[in-house]
Amino acid sequence: MVRVQAEPFDPAAELAAFARGRTDAGGIATFLGLVRGERVSAMTLEHYPGMTERKLAEIEAEARARWPDLQDTLVIHRHGRMLPGEPIVLVATASAHRQAALDACAFLIDWLKTKAPFWKLEETGGDERWVEARASDDQAAARWERQAP
Amino acid sequence: MRIRYFAWLKQRTGRAEEELDPPPGVATVQALMDHLAGRYPRFAEALAAPGVVRCAVNQEYAEPATPLRPGDEVAFFPPVTGG
Repeated sequence: MVRVQAEPFDPAAELAAFARGRTDAGGIATFLGLVRGERVSAMTLEHYPGMTERKLAEIEAEARARWPDLQDTLVIHRHGRMLPGEPIVLVATASAHRQAALDACAFLIDWLKTKAPFWKLEETGGDERWVEARASDDQAAARWERQAP
Repeated sequence: MRIRYFAWLKQRTGRAEEELDPPPGVATVQALMDHLAGRYPRFAEALAAPGVVRCAVNQEYAEPATPLRPGDEVAFFPPVTGG
């Protein structure tokens, strides 16, 4: 399932809901992305409504195709203004054995970072600055181009 | 045709979106970028730098050679930075 929302979410409650009643799964892997506050007083995420949901659904479908043992996936991504320490994104994956869940979780966040149309605007003191894309994110995504499980 | 601009490209054009009747001959993303570069000098600067401006047509990633049709939604944006 994919959710794109402005509202804050509670990671513990989301994980509990994702795990509830899941008697077939042996493990759930999660990634939780937070606003890092070392230099930043606030962060605003802009996105492209419609295309965002479409790309996230495509990435999720790609994960299910690559890891047939994957039983379920959850991607929650916020947009709008948020403060240091607030969750931005949650990725959760469930599978019978841990490897599919762990690998698919890493794949989902790596591809999300380079393919889903979000842009970060950082506030530092009175200044605003659009975050530039990082080559290391491209490299993290590219390793999944080479590796088929 | 609806044109949309995201992130700091909005500041280069002074708008988030616009309706445009493209002049005859503007039938690809590249031709549209050339047309818009003539209208917005600061957007033209961004277009001139390699790898800075990405494009989507009808919410799918597009290339300079991607064809355009009347009624298309075309978006321009910098490399994405979500997650």
